Amino acid sequence: MPTLDQARALGLTESEFSLICEKLERGPNEVELAVFSLLWSEHCAYKHSKKLLGELPTTGERMALGPGENAGAVTIGDGMVVAFKVESHNHPSAVEPFQGAATGVGGILRDIFAIGARPIAILDSLRFGEPASSARSRYLLDHAVGGIGHYGNSIGVPTVGGELYFEGPYEQNCLVNAMAVGLARKDGLIRSAATGVGNVVVLFGASTGRDGIGGASVLASAELDEADASKRPSVQVGDPFAEKKLLECSLELLDRGLLVALQDLGAAGLSSSSAEMASKGEVGLDLDMSLVPLREADMAPFEIMVSESQERMLCVVEPAQVDDVLEVCAKWEVHGTAIGVVTDTRRLRVLVGDEVVGDMPVQALVDDCPLYDLKSNIDKRPIYPRPPRVLGSTDPQEILLALLACPNIASRRPLFEQYDCLVQSRTVRRPEQADAAVLALPDGSAIAVALDGSGRRVACSPYTGTVEAVLECAANLACVGATPLGLTNCLNFGNPEKPGVAWQLEESVRGLAHACKGLGVPVVGGNVSLYNESGGGPIYPTPVVGMVGELKSAERAGRMGFSREGDSVGFVGPFRPFMAGSELAKLRGDELTLGLAPVDIAARRETIEAVRDAVRTEKLSSAHDVAEGGFLVCVAECCLAGGLGAVLDLGEIYEDELERVLFGESPGAGFVVSGSAEALERVGRLVPCDVFGTVGGSVLDVTSGTVRIEVGLDELREAHGALAVLFP
Amino acid sequence: MNFGVIRFPGSCDEVDAVLACERVPGASAQLLWHGDRHLHGVDAVVVPGGFSYGDYLRVGAIARFSPVMESVIEFSREGGLVLGICNGFQVLCEAGLLPGALLPNVELRFICRQVNLEVVRATSPFTTDCEAGDILSIPVKHTTGRYYAPPDVLQSLDAHGQIVLKYAHDGNPNGSSNDIAGVRNEVGNVFGLMPHPEHAVDELSGSTDGLKIFTSMAHADA
Repeated sequence: MPTLDQARALGLTESEFSLICEKLERGPNEVELAVFSLLWSEHCAYKHSKKLLGELPTTGERMALGPGENAGAVTIGDGMVVAFKVESHNHPSAVEPFQGAATGVGGILRDIFAIGARPIAILDSLRFGEPASSARSRYLLDHAVGGIGHYGNSIGVPTVGGELYFEGPYEQNCLVNAMAVGLARKDGLIRSAATGVGNVVVLFGASTGRDGIGGASVLASAELDEADASKRPSVQVGDPFAEKKLLECSLELLDRGLLVALQDLGAAGLSSSSAEMASKGEVGLDLDMSLVPLREADMAPFEIMVSESQERMLCVVEPAQVDDVLEVCAKWEVHGTAIGVVTDTRRLRVLVGDEVVGDMPVQALVDDCPLYDLKSNIDKRPIYPRPPRVLGSTDPQEILLALLACPNIASRRPLFEQYDCLVQSRTVRRPEQADAAVLALPDGSAIAVALDGSGRRVACSPYTGTVEAVLECAANLACVGATPLGLTNCLNFGNPEKPGVAWQLEESVRGLAHACKGLGVPVVGGNVSLYNESGGGPIYPTPVVGMVGELKSAERAGRMGFSREGDSVGFVGPFRPFMAGSELAKLRGDELTLGLAPVDIAARRETIEAVRDAVRTEKLSSAHDVAEGGFLVCVAECCLAGGLGAVLDLGEIYEDELERVLFGESPGAGFVVSGSAEALERVGRLVPCDVFGTVGGSVLDVTSGTVRIEVGLDELREAHGALAVLFP
Repeated sequence: MNFGVIRFPGSCDEVDAVLACERVPGASAQLLWHGDRHLHGVDAVVVPGGFSYGDYLRVGAIARFSPVMESVIEFSREGGLVLGICNGFQVLCEAGLLPGALLPNVELRFICRQVNLEVVRATSPFTTDCEAGDILSIPVKHTTGRYYAPPDVLQSLDAHGQIVLKYAHDGNPNGSSNDIAGVRNEVGNVFGLMPHPEHAVDELSGSTDGLKIFTSMAHADA
């Protein structure tokens, strides 16, 4: 019988161990303890966040599948749905960035096709330490990008967008979040509930090995320490070719109506997938470990149950269909093996032949893990170190060039060129062509997707920073003319058992709930990644939000770049920027402020919708939301994306206001747009719109009173290309 | 014109190739399964992009031995038109249907980029809808796309007019010898290129230049 010490070593507390003994009415054996330790881990049970997440709005007219399934989905036209989800793979990526990031992509793709949707896009959200000063951060990024590309490119799903920021607090804890988007017929969706006593449980895909044993508890649910290298065997190894076959095989099985239920094997492998399928279907399962195809002959039953070998799926099949299912598996050259049956016992029984080696109530595994209240308290002391001062200049032209060249703003081209953004022939807007990626659908409409989050601003104010992230994501969709249909999120935070982090988490979720309600966008699902901290302290609190929106016409998708000489340039929005939390404040080495200016969600929604409508009706030639670096950086990006200069006259601005106006930030509150004078005037009738210049030439020429900024496109481009130097 | 597009396990751009073929007026397209020797009476074969058999061992090295490829080799000997795109180009080189080989890009990274291609030969059955000197905007996306052939082979390719497409405007993305982007066999009925013409057939994607490759094939067949 395992002891309390062994339970502790697997991450369980003393009271959790007693509760397990109580539920089993005896002490757990080795298999049972292993299964419980994974299902009761933070990663699987959300024991520190579940109570909070109840605040999020999860209903709406367009919801097709909400939280709780492998992925959420919203309806679009023509009987179709779009499925999407974002998930973290932070700790594996910190230990082994290439495989960690690759299997993160593989895992989120399986979530999408597990509900019967064909994956059509990948986005990724990445956070690393400062690249200029940290060789390790450059190494992590380089390999994480390599891993994402390796998996996405090889499996034939385009990587169409994402975001990347560098900040000191991610030095020890990088973040790698991957979002996948899929397309399905609404009547082709499948659930994961195992039903039908006597039905057969079939495991298909790769064989089971010792990789990733204990990943969910060992890596995902505890802080990393110096001995990270010793955890390397807990990182899974991905094989996109195996997953490509698994994907096609799964979709063919569903197409032919051969399955009762389908579930992917992710964190905690067979343990969690089987327990969750049984729990949702209110049934029991008997699984025979001696039937599981193995990579290594001498694996113990507990190892088979907890293995996180990649590229595997579990399905429930009526007995009469088993032969057909195995035949489809053989066609795609994946193992297909009947390993168990559905029972009416509501117990998960683990067998080796006839011998029972584990016998647990399903409800205890899935529903009875204790949930914890957060003990939160605002940390009045600064948690985060001051960023180093790297810019002293007060000359606006020098500041503009320094911002364009700083790692958080410089062009991501050297990285996104490593991703296939075109396969599947839907991509209408690629990276740097617009604020959101646009994917055309067969009926001439399109969907737009974007992923956003700013840890530094959330660190200043978890509530306001999170509201801004949601608004910015909606603003990005508006720039291509899309209306948001649903939101997914990944909440990346430090150790929630520390009151300061708990407070960040509570405030952030409150902001997420308010912003979603304010925009009328439901949350279709998400993921929580806690314990992102190490000796160097916690990461910046980093909620990442992904949105899917719809456009009626793919042809009318908006662009970021100025596109027509002679167009008027205008500024739309109730924009009142501040230096707090801005990129310039960071370059100046300013301490993070506690608090950000309050946000009027309703007013910003009005602006976002006015811009969206103007883009949709083709009245605007370009639209780009003002984000990191502020207004002038935004204009420069419009110039670079379109290969055209602009002449702007901002009028007289008080000297002590100039920096705030040009470089202050207020995400999701303002847009730089271009179009005919009449088009801008029409927008101005609905929301504030100031016209102050003209598109043309090959110079960005800005005048404000006696201040003059004059930079050629070549010089802007050179500054913006700074990342290429760091990643040769 | 009925195009047959091969589907290997690990093919990624086969459906894109079918969609591109179907844009040719009057043409149809169907998938051909790698394990099936029968070509089902198609008029031309497209070996598509992707990672056939996971690109294990060496790119294209396993696909070249698949049952369907035996028939494609036979089909090409009888004069049938065979187009290899990206991984398909690699497979055709491995199969010995095209000269040369594809090596890892000079920068050893995957690269996805819209490039300009110069039409060197407009007389091949794959480029009759172009003029020599035309510039085509078509994307590349590959890790192993550096065209290589020994100097004497390069010379012979040039002499026999087998170099069909070159990367233009100093835009060689992968270090290919002599900026070569696409070559044909000596007879002229087999053509391989690293860029993806099937991803430049729709105004929505920014270019329709790639469609000319497919319409040329249809015209050659007529």
